[in-house]
Amino acid sequence: MELNRTEKRSAVLPETKAKRNRKLTTDHLLALCFILPSIVLIAVFVYGFIGWTGYVSMSNWNTLVPDFSFAGLKNYAYLFQDYRFQADLRNTLVFTVLFIAVVVLAGQALAIFLDQKIRGESLFRNIFFFPMALSFVVTGVVWQWLLNPSTGVNLFLKKFGLDSMWYTNTDILAGFKWGKIEFGIPVAIIAVVIAAVWQMTGFSLAMYLAGLRAIPEELKEAARIDGASEFKVYRKVIIPLLRPITVSVIIIMAHISLKIFDLIYAMTGPGANFVTDVPGVYMFETTFRGNYYANGAAIAIIMLLFVAIFIVPYLISSRKGES
Amino acid sequence: MKKRWLSLVSLLLVFSFIISGCSSSTSTKDKDDKKAAKLEIFSWWTGAGEEDGLKALIKLFKEKYPNVPVENAAVAGGAGTNAKAVLASRMQGNDPPATFQVHGGAELNAGWVAAGKMEPLNDLYDKEGWKDKFPQSLIDMVSKDGNIYSVPVNIHRGNVIWYNKKVFADNGLTPPKTFDEFFAVADKLKAKGITPLSLGDKEPWTATMLFEDILVGTIGTEKYIKLWSGDLPLNDPGVVEATKTFKKMLDYVNADHSSRNWQDASQMVGKGEAAMNVMGDWAKGYFVNDLKLKTNEDFGFITTPGTEGDFLVITDTFGLPKGVKNPDDVKKFLSVLGSVEGQDAFNPLKGSIPARIDADPAKYDEYGKQTIADFKDAKLAPSLAHGSAAPEGFLTKVNQAINIFVTQKDVDQFIDSLVAASSDLKK
Repeated sequence: MELNRTEKRSAVLPETKAKRNRKLTTDHLLALCFILPSIVLIAVFVYGFIGWTGYVSMSNWNTLVPDFSFAGLKNYAYLFQDYRFQADLRNTLVFTVLFIAVVVLAGQALAIFLDQKIRGESLFRNIFFFPMALSFVVTGVVWQWLLNPSTGVNLFLKKFGLDSMWYTNTDILAGFKWGKIEFGIPVAIIAVVIAAVWQMTGFSLAMYLAGLRAIPEELKEAARIDGASEFKVYRKVIIPLLRPITVSVIIIMAHISLKIFDLIYAMTGPGANFVTDVPGVYMFETTFRGNYYANGAAIAIIMLLFVAIFIVPYLISSRKGES
Repeated sequence: MKKRWLSLVSLLLVFSFIISGCSSSTSTKDKDDKKAAKLEIFSWWTGAGEEDGLKALIKLFKEKYPNVPVENAAVAGGAGTNAKAVLASRMQGNDPPATFQVHGGAELNAGWVAAGKMEPLNDLYDKEGWKDKFPQSLIDMVSKDGNIYSVPVNIHRGNVIWYNKKVFADNGLTPPKTFDEFFAVADKLKAKGITPLSLGDKEPWTATMLFEDILVGTIGTEKYIKLWSGDLPLNDPGVVEATKTFKKMLDYVNADHSSRNWQDASQMVGKGEAAMNVMGDWAKGYFVNDLKLKTNEDFGFITTPGTEGDFLVITDTFGLPKGVKNPDDVKKFLSVLGSVEGQDAFNPLKGSIPARIDADPAKYDEYGKQTIADFKDAKLAPSLAHGSAAPEGFLTKVNQAINIFVTQKDVDQFIDSLVAASSDLKK
């Protein structure tokens, strides 16, 4: 903005251009000095290390001793042919789709119910929002016990003949052969989705509630005066107006679910036949147990690219929106 | 003018930040130098019995060498999963602990010795006269190219079936010694609605342990060792046969095995829900200390089928890393660790048996006494599941293959993945 204005002015008064430019540099220098520490820190500790990870992922460092000789895309090729990584891709995809769908729908529905000016609204809001305050590790341990086939709720369910295997179930629904693995919906991942949804729905509820409160009463009134039923008001007016919230919720949930590690590590681990394994868990185990540093770095880079698929278009569109 | 002055000031500020950053890093380095004089003992012994054993050992060392300051740098986490990651980053950063716990065998030799990070200890062995005090095959496990690199402190046995005495007595069964007897017993138990074999493979190494016990029971110790040295291919008919036996055995395990860890599986035997469990002899400590059961009254033990004369060894050892500032102090500690006194202070508490052949059996319980006797004559086979037989990288891939096999039960696919992973045996 500042720049545009000065340029316009200098076009009008070309003889002062040199003077203005010098002032600009001092300004810039000053600003630069203030942000330089954070630029340097972020450049080194975020982008520098991303670059370093990228380099390691193309090296031969798959032993205890660092070996930085160039290996090209060998590690990536290995991963995409690896049974476990293919299973990870399937699980991440299924988990992300189910998790986002349920969080968006349940958050929206609960927010609309809470918005009906019911009694004790703040109590319900807090109850729904409370799981957000827990860490994923706690959620993982709690749900591991709740859904353990031989303890907890299942002892009760068994009395009624409901003998569910939950996360120890190795069945894959709607499966077909894809690469080395059976592609489909692993039943075990549904148990993890339940835990993750329990934790994150409160967050999307809070966002939708804020969105609902931001919709001006006049719009709803106008629709009602035009003869729209209450159902139609929601379908044609309110829910379309919540679209920006939905986009934000999807972006936030996507980056959580694509990078998920702690919940699964605490709750199920990789699971039998890797039915609940995700790239984060594989990365941790292959790097720090198997000493496959280059393979681990390659998984990290692939995870970064997955998240970028969601985040970059969002950043571009929000930038467009600003200007 | 004023602004330029301001920018100069802020530039100065930036520089002073950088300089202060440098100076603070030098001051921590000074601190490190002082700390290095301490004898830092790095392990993952934080569990009930093992921590007591380590403390007893440190106490004994302090009595003998009161002037050497000791620091117990144990990192919590079962089977050293966290400790190994911490150790790797410290070794790569050239900041090794004074001495650290490492399983004898490939974990030591193919790992740290091959990486050139360990000092040989031949002079210590000569000075202490240890060469005939430890079994030769055990010394071989901590040696590479004629040099000895670490001192074993304890021995755990991996090929043990723990069984519920009451369940066996009630059903008129005797503990199985061969695979045929095992399956006969298992069929009878299954018909009565009792889980014959409990398994807790939430962490897949327990299934890998079961597999290696079957492997030794099928092909014997000599061939088993040849598999890991590359002298016998991993698609040997014996391995295929063992895999088929493993597959058959998996039909007799509890359905929820993938949600249990090894303690949960042992507990099933303790409670009588399952008849047998295959686990290393740390399970005895769990039965006696945690479940308050009595050896040979509540639970019994027998070697896994076909391995009566074999001993799957898991041994914890300590060595001397290169670049340590106080190698003489470390050697003093290692000499205590390898002495009869040191081993008898540590092992009864940890629940393991001494690595020396001349330790005092009277200090050990019933199970310990018999295992000490077995250890003297048995053929020693390094455990694969605990990193003694093959490098960690290969083990990770075997664990993955086992995890798939336990569900898919596809013998050919399993053998293929073993063969594919065998290129990592050379590392």
